Amino acid sequence: MKKIVFEKAPRSKLMRLNKILKNTLVVISAGIILTACATKKEVAVEAPKKEETKKEETKKKEEEVTKIEKIAGQMQGDVYVGTDSVKYLADGVADRVFFATNESILTTASRETLRAQAAWLRANSNITVVLEGHADERGTREYNLALGERRANAAKDYLMTYGVSSDRITVISYGKERPVDSGSNPLAWSKNRRSVTVKAN
Amino acid sequence: MIKKFIILIFIFIPIKALALIEVDITRGNLNPLPLAVSPLSIDETSRMNFEQILDKDNIGSEISLIVENNLRTSGLFNPLDKKAFLQAPDIANLKPRFEDWNLIKAQALITGKVNYINDKLRVEFRLWDVLAAKEMMALAFTTVPTNWRRVGHIISDKVYERLTGEKGYFDTRIIYVAEEGPKTQRIKKLAIMDQDGANNKFLTLGNELVLTPRFNPASQMVTYLSYFKNMPRVYLLDIETGTQEVVGDFPGMTFAPRFSPDGKKIIMSFAKDGKSDIYTMNLETRLVERITNHPSIDTSPSYSPDGKYITFNSDRSGYQQIYVMKNDGSDVKRISFGNGLYGTPVWSPRGDLIAFTKLHKGKFYIGVMRTDGTGERLLTENYYQEAPSWSPNGRVLIFYRETKTNSKGEGFSAKLWSIDLTGYNERLIKTETDASDPSWSSLLSN
Repeated sequence: MKKIVFEKAPRSKLMRLNKILKNTLVVISAGIILTACATKKEVAVEAPKKEETKKEETKKKEEEVTKIEKIAGQMQGDVYVGTDSVKYLADGVADRVFFATNESILTTASRETLRAQAAWLRANSNITVVLEGHADERGTREYNLALGERRANAAKDYLMTYGVSSDRITVISYGKERPVDSGSNPLAWSKNRRSVTVKAN
Repeated sequence: MIKKFIILIFIFIPIKALALIEVDITRGNLNPLPLAVSPLSIDETSRMNFEQILDKDNIGSEISLIVENNLRTSGLFNPLDKKAFLQAPDIANLKPRFEDWNLIKAQALITGKVNYINDKLRVEFRLWDVLAAKEMMALAFTTVPTNWRRVGHIISDKVYERLTGEKGYFDTRIIYVAEEGPKTQRIKKLAIMDQDGANNKFLTLGNELVLTPRFNPASQMVTYLSYFKNMPRVYLLDIETGTQEVVGDFPGMTFAPRFSPDGKKIIMSFAKDGKSDIYTMNLETRLVERITNHPSIDTSPSYSPDGKYITFNSDRSGYQQIYVMKNDGSDVKRISFGNGLYGTPVWSPRGDLIAFTKLHKGKFYIGVMRTDGTGERLLTENYYQEAPSWSPNGRVLIFYRETKTNSKGEGFSAKLWSIDLTGYNERLIKTETDASDPSWSSLLSN
């Protein structure tokens, strides 16, 4: 009984203020829900439009990349074609191949490099290798680990096609953990998107 | 440590249903509540005893400073300057002169008392509504003296809960990856600290690369990725004993681990032949179960709090997007449809939201959406940030940010940040070293 009296005791100003605010909130959130419904419809219709923006984005990206190409001459599309960080397994046998952003497709140049690696590995049948897959820093850590693995496997598959037995190849992904270039620019990122063939013995 | 830590809680006055002051948590920090945290009073004998044990001049003041700091960083409260306090701590705890506290514009007041009893630390505290001139709450704790910081955190949690109506998040810890060295050869160690940065401790030596540590629901075990012997595998670490073990026997990289909400399973990705799928392993039966089977990359799985659903990241549409499926892998639905790429989905402990990282036009965002993908809200934009982790009450997100380097590749840093669900109160969390991959523990008490 006392409790009832207690509850009816005058509220603090703050609480009254809170009540008002809460009521306003309800009104505001109702508004938001309404707008949300409206936008949702738009999204559904927007799907083809998105493709366009994507194309535009890539176009813009390509333009940016062309700019850099002129300056550095080290990128084609956004794939690195320079020799800056490249090491050699043997004379004329480069140790790494490079990838476009978010891609694991081997370029013509990459295939050439891997064919040279395969020939060298066939000639040196006692050698085993580790393929280290890497990603650039512009992605979430966990996805990049998977992407690095996918890139190294693209290289592995190609080596196998050219006669290197799978038991001579180990794959490891470092994701974005071991960049060769610590720069925060497209050229540095292109050097870091790579699969490196390392002698294991 | 948690088992050893026995708190005895005496509830003096069990008044509950009386809502006096209320703080509306959904508004952000537009108008934090002014409150006074009076230093906890302490008698001279107790003071001297604690000075000897803890090497702190006045443990009462120290505990009240912890409370003050916690309440301030929440963004919901504005602790007032102690210099303006008119009433002595011991008298204030007995019967505050509300007019005095009203004068300095305090709407709430926290008072208390510290005693040394049988080698133990006994703390009682009271929360007062200044305007209504009423006691709102009175509690007492007894524990070993070395737990004094936790007492401060528990008081903060109780005050937060009483004033907002929601559980606090102060008596918690953060596990993260401590980073040092040049960007091309980072040395990474597992580290653990209290939510406010105190009691930092390294759990690994840095001999091998470690990534993405996550607590189990009891916050006593951690699952993480280690490159031990150059084999990236998911590991399990017992924080107290330090014992470690590999999770499962997979012929390839396992990564992106998390616990199930009952703590019995670890869910993770297994990468093989260029595709990554999601698997679970039951820690009791050691049974491995395959959850997804798709030529794409499926990673970053996170359970709903009831364990019935899993959200994950997949590029099966061609780009990284967020999906939700049933816990057996059936009924896969894409939920992210906005422009850009989406990653690192994490289910909120309240169950209603999924936090994520978004990459769009060269910027990284931390955001939240409902579990059906509607109501997307971006909380913060930066050059690089990712991997949000929820506070146990689902009100705050912690994540990490990396800076852009200059043309020479210098100036790189990685830091922990937190932000309220409202998008307000963005804060740098200070760490001894650079830091990444934070994971928030559950509430250690209650």
